[in-house]
Amino acid sequence: MTTAPDVLRGLSAGPAHEVPGQARDRVAPGSDLAPIWGWLDQVPDPEIPVISLVDLGVIRGLAWSGDTLEVTVTPTYSGCPATAIINMSIQDGLRARGVQKVAITRQLSPPWTTDWLSEKGRAALEEYGIAPPQPAGGPSRCPHCQSENVSKISQFGSTPCKAQWRCGDCLEPFDYFKCI
Amino acid sequence: MSETFEYLLRLGDSALILGHRVSEWCGHGPYLEEDIALANTALDLIGQATLWLEYAAEVEGKGRSADDLAYLRDAHEYRNLLLVERPNGDFGQTIMRQFLFDAYMVPLLDRLSAHDDPRIAEIAAKTAKETAYHLERSLDLCVRLGDGTEQSHARMQAALDDLWPYTGEMFLGDAVDAAMGVDPSALREAWLATVRQLETAGTLALPDSEYAHKGGRSGQHSEHLGYVLAEMQWLQRSNPGAAW
Repeated sequence: MTTAPDVLRGLSAGPAHEVPGQARDRVAPGSDLAPIWGWLDQVPDPEIPVISLVDLGVIRGLAWSGDTLEVTVTPTYSGCPATAIINMSIQDGLRARGVQKVAITRQLSPPWTTDWLSEKGRAALEEYGIAPPQPAGGPSRCPHCQSENVSKISQFGSTPCKAQWRCGDCLEPFDYFKCI
Repeated sequence: MSETFEYLLRLGDSALILGHRVSEWCGHGPYLEEDIALANTALDLIGQATLWLEYAAEVEGKGRSADDLAYLRDAHEYRNLLLVERPNGDFGQTIMRQFLFDAYMVPLLDRLSAHDDPRIAEIAAKTAKETAYHLERSLDLCVRLGDGTEQSHARMQAALDDLWPYTGEMFLGDAVDAAMGVDPSALREAWLATVRQLETAGTLALPDSEYAHKGGRSGQHSEHLGYVLAEMQWLQRSNPGAAW
């Protein structure tokens, strides 16, 4: 079950909320990208803060171009209002780690699908009470009680990436991360 | 004016105007889940319009942005299908309009996903997935309401009869389509195969009229578009350059 402290932990995780310039050394341009991937893995998705932007699969690539770190990002849904917040979180998160110049490039192709979600992200979603996407197009089980007796309420939910389902056994409604 | 610019306006404007029309339902949906579904569909469409119009503005190369194209063009400069500017009417009219449009866009976007222009191909591939998801819902609702109560059946039949003359325009090709290497008439068979499910599963009768209102794709619109634009553009027209 989801609890308020879980949500708060998710919201305060990662460097996105640290004050830039607080006692961090400048990252040298051209330095190893592996730790930078790790930093981005601590930047939470703005709407589902239990998963990171790396878990969500929207970060397609990192590359140094001179003294600028180029981050390639793919949108989930064309009209998702979180897209601008995601870009801002990336900028803030990297600056807080000492990356001075960040350029964000949008990449549409190949289109984002729920296949890009990491295994870690899928597990975190379920733990949080959101059923992870399934190739069959519907949740395999209730994220609260694990019953397979589930039915669709609506194809759409509280954000563009979710649909509403309910459990026939524990009777709880739940979000399903929709599969496209 | 380049054919590519014209063609991108057609795609972007149809998505934008339908997105605006559907957003008129926000807070007025027949029940909460449907209200949310309508708002999400509108959001997808407006996002898709942004992708098409951003590219249109780049192709035009006159320094205009997607917002400039959306907020600072008059009705005769809009290139959307007449179908999408039809008023919302009752919920049956709204969902039938959505269905007739979705059933057309799925084969069109499939075709455009293989277009020679890689930017068109990638936007089409991105938006095709959302559009297929929209069609799943609009077809399901049209069938359920068609094959529903006496009242829902009558309303869906009235919606189909009313909107049918606005579907022919989708399949009429012109010089712009030819220059882009797309033949809209070739899409009609796939569209009709989807639409026939209204008959087989939805118990509705497809009108046998071939009459088609046309002109939207070249800038001749019904009086309804002006009202849509008046509402949509009011803020930018009254406060030029307003940003937030």
